[in-house]
Amino acid sequence: METTLAGKTISINEEGYLTDFTQWDEKVGETIAAEADITLSPRHWEVIKYLQNEHRNQVALSIRRVGKSGVVDIKEFYALFPKAPLKTATKIAGIPKPASCI
Amino acid sequence: MMIILSKGTLENVYAAFVLANGARMEGIEAEMFFTFFGLEAIHKQKLEHLHVATVGNPAMHIPTMLGGLPGMEALATTMMKKEMEKVDMPGVLEFLEILSASGVRLWACKLAMDMFHFKKEDLFEGVEGVITVGDFYKQSAGEGVHMLFI
Repeated sequence: METTLAGKTISINEEGYLTDFTQWDEKVGETIAAEADITLSPRHWEVIKYLQNEHRNQVALSIRRVGKSGVVDIKEFYALFPKAPLKTATKIAGIPKPASCI
Repeated sequence: MMIILSKGTLENVYAAFVLANGARMEGIEAEMFFTFFGLEAIHKQKLEHLHVATVGNPAMHIPTMLGGLPGMEALATTMMKKEMEKVDMPGVLEFLEILSASGVRLWACKLAMDMFHFKKEDLFEGVEGVITVGDFYKQSAGEGVHMLFI
């Protein structure tokens, strides 16, 4: 389905994840973050860029992997993206929701 | 999600850990209460030596007579750990650290601690306290709280 984010028409799935990463830009990310009551700081952006990079390299994302990344530890990851960090952060990053149990 | 772990076999410990971590990943609060053999999962000297049960577990597809032979538990455990590593499953200590960092609150059962003569210092540092079953019920008060017994 399609929605309007930051003045752009964006394709998303039923959970609100972008289905076409080429439609993503920082403004779109900020808008999705605002919906989750998150104001993006430089630390958030570092994590988001890391997640996008991992996705580009086709790495399966998990909390464990993020924790070992050296970019952010698990405690800070939960602090930056309260509630469901991996789900929220990937949504903001415009990449698919990781199918991970760990 | 309130999870009570009463068993110390690797498969049960992992089930409890995955459920607690999975709750946090979904933004759900999670607390764990370790009692009886479940205490082995947070006992510093024991937590790295947990085994899979090879006897009395038909799903292992090992005949009970063979499952009881010396070394069978260790063998099955080694094999299972190899498979776990393949799916990015952390070891017990690392998993506890992940749970702790993710905000899962960990509690030890006072009665079982007394029974096994364990001290708070014997336990993984992330364990917040040694509490009674009543305390845990109090922690669980409120609407919409789910409790799992493993």
